[in-house]
Amino acid sequence: MFPELIDTRPLRRAVDDGLNWVVRNWGGELEAAAYPLLMLLNWIERLLLSTPWWLFIAVFVALAFLATRNWKLPLVVLVGLVFLGVMQLWRDAMATTALMIAATLTAIVISIPVGVWMSRSARVRQLVTPVLDLMQTMPSFVYLIPTVMIFGPGKIPALLATIVYASPPLVRLTDLGLRNVDPAVMEASHAFGATSSQRLFGVQIPLALPTILAGINQTTMMALAMVVIASMIGAGGLGYQVLQGIGRLEVSRGLFAGLGIVVLAIVFDRIIQAYGSRLQASIGIAEARQ
Amino acid sequence: MSAADGADGRMDGPAIALRGVTKIFGPDPQAALALLRAGRSKAEVQAETGHVVGLDDVSLDIDKGQIFVVMGLSGSGKSTLIRHVNRLIDPTAGEIVVDGEEVLKMSLAQLRTFRRTRIAMVFQRFGLLPHRSVLDNVAYGLEVRGVPRARRLEVAAHWIGTVGLSGYERSRPRQLSGGQQQRVGLARALAMDTDILLMDEAFSALDPLIRSGLQDQLLELQAALNKTILFITHDFDEALKIGNRIAVLKDGAVQQVGRPEEIVLNPANAHIEEFVRDVNKARAIHVRTIMERAGEGEAEACAMTVPADARCEDVLPHFAQHQWVGVVDAEGRQVGRVSARQVIKALARYSPDVP
Repeated sequence: MFPELIDTRPLRRAVDDGLNWVVRNWGGELEAAAYPLLMLLNWIERLLLSTPWWLFIAVFVALAFLATRNWKLPLVVLVGLVFLGVMQLWRDAMATTALMIAATLTAIVISIPVGVWMSRSARVRQLVTPVLDLMQTMPSFVYLIPTVMIFGPGKIPALLATIVYASPPLVRLTDLGLRNVDPAVMEASHAFGATSSQRLFGVQIPLALPTILAGINQTTMMALAMVVIASMIGAGGLGYQVLQGIGRLEVSRGLFAGLGIVVLAIVFDRIIQAYGSRLQASIGIAEARQ
Repeated sequence: MSAADGADGRMDGPAIALRGVTKIFGPDPQAALALLRAGRSKAEVQAETGHVVGLDDVSLDIDKGQIFVVMGLSGSGKSTLIRHVNRLIDPTAGEIVVDGEEVLKMSLAQLRTFRRTRIAMVFQRFGLLPHRSVLDNVAYGLEVRGVPRARRLEVAAHWIGTVGLSGYERSRPRQLSGGQQQRVGLARALAMDTDILLMDEAFSALDPLIRSGLQDQLLELQAALNKTILFITHDFDEALKIGNRIAVLKDGAVQQVGRPEEIVLNPANAHIEEFVRDVNKARAIHVRTIMERAGEGEAEACAMTVPADARCEDVLPHFAQHQWVGVVDAEGRQVGRVSARQVIKALARYSPDVP
């Protein structure tokens, strides 16, 4: 056994007491601060649920067609979404989709500016990278407990945990995309006297867009990966069905809800990827770099 | 330099003046600079400190309206040199004066204005924006400068026509060939309407025929525009073809500066002689450099004449019929004459000492 060098109990107690103090004194304020997120989530969920199923399917089939210009992907999307309806998973799928979209939108708003900042300063990159590593490797239950303590079980902690887990790839890929812009183009922009914001919005972001879109895609996938855990603290949706399936030893319930999550992943992943490759082709980065 | 001198320099001085420009790459360039100043060679500095000497005490005057070519092999520091003029690279020591203004004393905002309004650049790897049309690419410099959209597109369309790309306005750069892409790069720089144009190995990435075509086009444009052009190349033939003056750079130091003929006829050292050996001298040497000048009144009119800016290759065919070919100035007066013998002597690699 490793010898007990110091008594760690005071440290543990300090952490616990500190959290309790925050919950007692700041709980209300923090909840109010997170309220806009809840509103966003509820708004998206209401929108999705009030959309007729056939319109939802039509929109996604159309998006898939516009992205690929052939019928293979739209067919996959159609079959997948009809499966969700037939299996009576539509409502849960909409709840999960709403959570994923809300988390992704929030992640975009936070991650892209952080990625831009990282790409411009080696110092910031040194500071942010370990934080991102921590966010991705720390088991999510560890930060779920304090968030549940502060916000109470429900959608807010589920959304926050999803955002924490799903943001890092977008930050990393934004940073990477911006730094990988062809140096010849960047130099030309410098030589013509562009300001740094002219360079960012006129050159870097347009050219990094395919990479940033790949980051957004990863974020949606990671958000979907969190739905089962999120459902444990009251997010509902397909994850809750999986959880119930486990709890009641109803393999079929768990299996079909799980397949429903897979369907959502396929639909979003393929559509976003198809748009990404269209974008890449229209920019023609590969050819222009020779 | 006093303010009065500066104003004066703006009128008559060189368009671009480099004074003792030294660039050392590495974490502590000043320490390496001290060693260099103490008389160590570039190789010694690199061995001792790990610092790379990019430019070593380069001083050049580039006159207005000139095509000034800096020629050197890769690693000679020529691309580093051109980037000092618009301060894409800051020197370790030295002074850079453009139109009487010290570039190194400019604030960041002044430097941006300077780059937007006074100096344009063409790049070896084009540096075009792949996500924009040819028209928007050519308009890019004006957009950065803040010219209204309608106006800048009008100017861009004009220059696209001038470089011979009419009809390609809506194309993306990747849809064009290398030569066409560089025409876009050239049009983008010309659209800035600056007095100074920097061209960094602008034609080096192109096929020989395309390159030659672009060289001709550049000379044609220059005859009309009369800009100050600083042109970087590793190709001695290119330097001879387009340069009014040439500076040869090796290991970051200037080896020789002069008119093309001066360098071909009197290479300053063995390094330059190596270039000269492979060069088409007949194209490089103007007949007026080697002609026998007409003395007072004794001008014996020749049956065949060539203009004074003719080169040896232009006069060679005439020797089949004539012993002497006259050289006439712009007004048609004969200023001298050449014989086949003089031309052969100038073109011969060795001149054995025969009386």
